[in-house]
Amino acid sequence: MSVQASRDLATAFGTASNRRGRYFSFKRLGTPVVIVLVLLALLGWLSSLTLDSIELRTLNWTYVGERTAEHLKLTVIASAIIALIAIPAGIILSRVNSKAVHVVVFSIANIGQSTPAIGLVILLAIMWETGFKVALIGLVAYSVLPVLRNTLVGLQQIDPSLTESARGMGMTPLQVLFRIELPLAVPVIIAGLRTALVFCVGVATVATFINAGGLGDMIVNGLKLQRWPVLITGAVVVSCIALAIDWLAGLAEDFIKPKGI
Amino acid sequence: MPPLLPSAALQPQGDSVSEQSTHPAAGARIILKDITKVYPGQQAPAVESFSMDIAPGELIMFVGPSGCGKTTTMKMINRIIEPSSGSITIDGEDVLSLNPNELRRRIGYVIQQIGLFPHMTIAENIAIVPKLLGWSKKRTHDRVEELLAVVELDPKMFASRYPRQLSGGQQQRVGVARALAADPPVMLMDEPFGATDPITREKLQSEFLRLQEKLSKTIVFVTHDFDEAVRMGDRIAVLSERSQIEQFDTPANILANPANAYVSQFVGRGAALKRLGLIPVTQADLGPAVASRGILDVRVGDSLRNALDSLVLSGGSPVAVLGHDGRAVGSIDIERIAAALGGDVLPESLAGARP
Repeated sequence: MSVQASRDLATAFGTASNRRGRYFSFKRLGTPVVIVLVLLALLGWLSSLTLDSIELRTLNWTYVGERTAEHLKLTVIASAIIALIAIPAGIILSRVNSKAVHVVVFSIANIGQSTPAIGLVILLAIMWETGFKVALIGLVAYSVLPVLRNTLVGLQQIDPSLTESARGMGMTPLQVLFRIELPLAVPVIIAGLRTALVFCVGVATVATFINAGGLGDMIVNGLKLQRWPVLITGAVVVSCIALAIDWLAGLAEDFIKPKGI
Repeated sequence: MPPLLPSAALQPQGDSVSEQSTHPAAGARIILKDITKVYPGQQAPAVESFSMDIAPGELIMFVGPSGCGKTTTMKMINRIIEPSSGSITIDGEDVLSLNPNELRRRIGYVIQQIGLFPHMTIAENIAIVPKLLGWSKKRTHDRVEELLAVVELDPKMFASRYPRQLSGGQQQRVGVARALAADPPVMLMDEPFGATDPITREKLQSEFLRLQEKLSKTIVFVTHDFDEAVRMGDRIAVLSERSQIEQFDTPANILANPANAYVSQFVGRGAALKRLGLIPVTQADLGPAVASRGILDVRVGDSLRNALDSLVLSGGSPVAVLGHDGRAVGSIDIERIAAALGGDVLPESLAGARP
């Protein structure tokens, strides 16, 4: 038997990868390096300019820091709300066999996403009020779909023989969900969350139109006052945040993803 | 190639299998009575009044074409599929009145797709039912090590691996170990070796028979492979549409006396050859000893099928039968083999095998 075992082992070893190595690979280092280089270039360019009083009002550490904080706050809170709504909704949806229910839910989620974000946010503001809360609702409505869809798909793509053997061993339906189905769906669900996060960073720029702050302030002001350094700084910082969040989410994905799959 | 032998009793004892530290729970009696399954929206029942009495420790094979309801019938025993009517008892206990989850923890379940959980290590996979039953860490750990040894996988090497790092045959062994984890008296096996290559399958079959000899579980084993049924089963149920039992008997009796045309068709050609595989050479009336001729010699542990194989090569002249000590104890030829099958049954079974 030991001969057989070691022969099987030889074939098996080919697939065993050194997982640790992947977190710190060259590819992983690329994104932060690019972000840092771009920000340094921006800083260098700005310090070579002579800024007028209007530009100086926005292009200082305090102002940019505050707008960035607002932007991140919107993004992170919106994503957390999305996770809290869309993941349970996706789980419930995966237990519902009715095609009609699926169609209705996805139509609603689709409307949220296919309506232009700026229109959605402004409509909400007209109907209700301006400010942070409404901006948050707009963001959630806009970005809920990827998480909802990925949760459902993540659960549906699980090999039925796995859930059958889990049931056959005497797991209760909840045990099957929490011990087997959700861990196996985690990579797909996190990919959805990652998409939602990046959506949120982009869409949070329109929060400025309803007085909810964020880096959109810099972009719009720069545009209105024709101060290109302000506009460019706002745009570059938003892009860098999007890249950084995507990078962090990617790291989180690899850490949370169960081993063995 | 190991000889095709009917029961584990004829296999050499496997000394590599470690001694069980606990006494395994022997099998339970399963009685199925008038089990019927009608799927909603379907006119014809998938299984119609199926009754069977399975003795403790028996390995029962359900054989039939795909779609005949054999898997449905098996899955009603652990209520993966709920019967529409009828009763099932395991050791006198009414299965249908038990909590299905608790019931399933006492029934080992092995499926063709194996269903090892890819995000759990081999040890975690095997420990699932013990954990559900609330065993202590130490007891679970010891049991996992013991079972890995039983299915001939080195615990040190395999316990912390993930399923995808194992070959198909190794995965199926883990599947068997996992089903045995809480030492259930009953095992349900749905084409467990169906997805493996022929060589691995044969190895797994003989390993499993050797294991079953020690464990004496009551096993319902579903297969569409009649040869597998002949090789492994204590009794075979040949099933047709709606899981109707066409014949329920020992492999030897089904091969010798197929109950009807359906069974003969299922047995297929070569029934006599398959029967020879079930009969040890010592059961034939051996002739006087002849001189040994190397590879043509037959050993006392071999089957009559092996003897026939040698006779084909010898051109029909009697070949020597060697005892355990390597000395000739007799000889065998075609007539003696035919006599062992019983002259009166042979023509009938051959006639039955012809389409």
